[in-house]
Amino acid sequence: MTTALRTHELGKRYGRSRHWALKDCTLELPAGRVVGLVGPNGAGKSTLLGLAAGMLVPTVGHIEVLGEGPSSGAEHQARVGYVSQDAPTYRGMSVADHLRIGSHLNPRWDDVLVRDRIDRLGIDLRRRTGSLSGGQRAQIALTVAIGKRPELLILDEPVAALDPLARREFMQDLMEAVAEQDLTVVLSSHLVSDLERACDYLVVLVDSEVRVAGDLDDLLASHRRMTGARRPSDAGPAGHHVVTASHTDRQSTFVVRTGGPAVDPSWDVTPLGLEDLVLAYLRGDASYERPRPTVEVIR
Amino acid sequence: MIWLTWRQLRVQAIPVAGAVALLLVALAITGPGIVDAAEDGARSFLTGLSADAFKVTLYYVGIAAAYVFPLVVGAFWGAPMVARELEARTHRLAWSQSVTRTRWLAVKLLGAALVTVSVAGLLSWGVTWWAGPIERAIATGEGTGPFMVSRIEPAVFGARGLVPIGYAVLALVIGVLAGLVVRRTVAAMAVTLVLVLGVQLFVGVVVRAQLVEPEKATSSITQENLVGLMVEGASGPGDPIENVSEIRVETGRTGTWELSNVTLDADDERMRSLPAWVADCGGPPPGESAQAGARAACFDRLADEGYRQQVTWHPSSAFWTLQWRETALLLVLALGLGGLCFWRIRGDAP
Repeated sequence: MTTALRTHELGKRYGRSRHWALKDCTLELPAGRVVGLVGPNGAGKSTLLGLAAGMLVPTVGHIEVLGEGPSSGAEHQARVGYVSQDAPTYRGMSVADHLRIGSHLNPRWDDVLVRDRIDRLGIDLRRRTGSLSGGQRAQIALTVAIGKRPELLILDEPVAALDPLARREFMQDLMEAVAEQDLTVVLSSHLVSDLERACDYLVVLVDSEVRVAGDLDDLLASHRRMTGARRPSDAGPAGHHVVTASHTDRQSTFVVRTGGPAVDPSWDVTPLGLEDLVLAYLRGDASYERPRPTVEVIR
Repeated sequence: MIWLTWRQLRVQAIPVAGAVALLLVALAITGPGIVDAAEDGARSFLTGLSADAFKVTLYYVGIAAAYVFPLVVGAFWGAPMVARELEARTHRLAWSQSVTRTRWLAVKLLGAALVTVSVAGLLSWGVTWWAGPIERAIATGEGTGPFMVSRIEPAVFGARGLVPIGYAVLALVIGVLAGLVVRRTVAAMAVTLVLVLGVQLFVGVVVRAQLVEPEKATSSITQENLVGLMVEGASGPGDPIENVSEIRVETGRTGTWELSNVTLDADDERMRSLPAWVADCGGPPPGESAQAGARAACFDRLADEGYRQQVTWHPSSAFWTLQWRETALLLVLALGLGGLCFWRIRGDAP
């Protein structure tokens, strides 16, 4: 299974509203990666993840998760783990009850792994989840999702409500889990710093559309900030795709996606950090170039 | 999934089942005493029973419990089943496990239905068995005091036999559907209560009578079978009477459910009111001496002018037919609404 998630012109509109929560989404997320889905609030991250988890039904377009449609029955659901926003748990039930739910409802439940994890987190099994802190509840929800041994784990803003320390520990925990099991993770956040440490594939979602998607290293290598004398228009350096442009009285700064090395010496070229890269796409209204199928010449 | 169903149902199920168990214990303790008293002497049996305050209370509590049980099932077992999950968003946790939504709902619904049928069955059987001797006595015309209503009459019918099971199951499904549509627990409970009460009233008052073809008989009105008449217009003694609005005639049958008791004229038309001279048939007004001749003449005149009384009723032998048909109707409705629940749970997860 080389593609964990594939969408083709996927769109979602809730009920009869005129607003499209997600439009024209075409993605191919490779398996075995940690995919970061980043974008401002209301960009459509939860919608995309909900569609992938089978919680929502597409309005237009097509989505394929691990080779099948999202709601293809119990066996397919066993391969996908999902934690919704705010990590819902049964507040009246104990942690042990949640583990029992997992073991009763999932064929491939790994009780040893789960109990070991709860042990390491230091959470008492008999406590009601309603009496735990937000961070601990998120950990419980993640544990239940991991315990079913999925191939794909979908996490909707898993660390949104956590303090910085809890956030760091959660992401570390997640990385350990990814390392221990053969897992693809798709997680969303509106904080770039969370993703920097953990993700190796990036999707930027703004205003219901995908702005950029690709391997993180490739993206960082292919984007540059080019600064030079004040240019009259937004048309930047030749041969490069402009992501965003900003001007002062004497200077113009362009964030570009490069086709090749910049040869014009009048430009000052610097690389971009992840945060700057994401911000550039959040600000700019450049449209995303979809992955076109490559045609191989057979000799 | 069965474990989860019970784990989530037990908090609401155990108190209700406990209350029913308490009632059943009270019935079990006093029941044999009633059976013995009935065997000993039928004539004074009900009179003696009316004096026993505890047993009279238990009689009414049994009927009330059978009517209230479906409301409780609908509001406390049915409505929270899905509504609570949707409100707390835990449905996203449940539906991302390795069970499909259909299976999730199916096991929850069937599990709760099983518990409902069991508890409703025990409750209804207990109450019906306990009141058996009382109702047999009423059916033979011995009814007295608080024990006047035969089991086939609307006030008691819904608390006997199989029908409480039907109402309870239907109420459960109504609750679940309300929870799915309303998505808020308290609002769903309120909606369910209103709907279940509405169903109980509608079926009891409007539908039940039609389930079996009633018996009809037309008879002449005589001094022997006239039970009473209602007059209009006489606000005091000595005032002239405007008309007679109703005549009631005895049928001579006991333990029946009387549907209508109307006067027909010579053209077989139902009379809404009768002329004032008909009041003479009811005997002299208070304070005046008996005028036997005037009374007999009134009845003769009734017969001459072609007035007859038509009574429609369900005999006590129709009790079980009505029970089966009404229960079947309720269960078919429950099945239909259940199907609606499964249709409704598809689509976007709220």
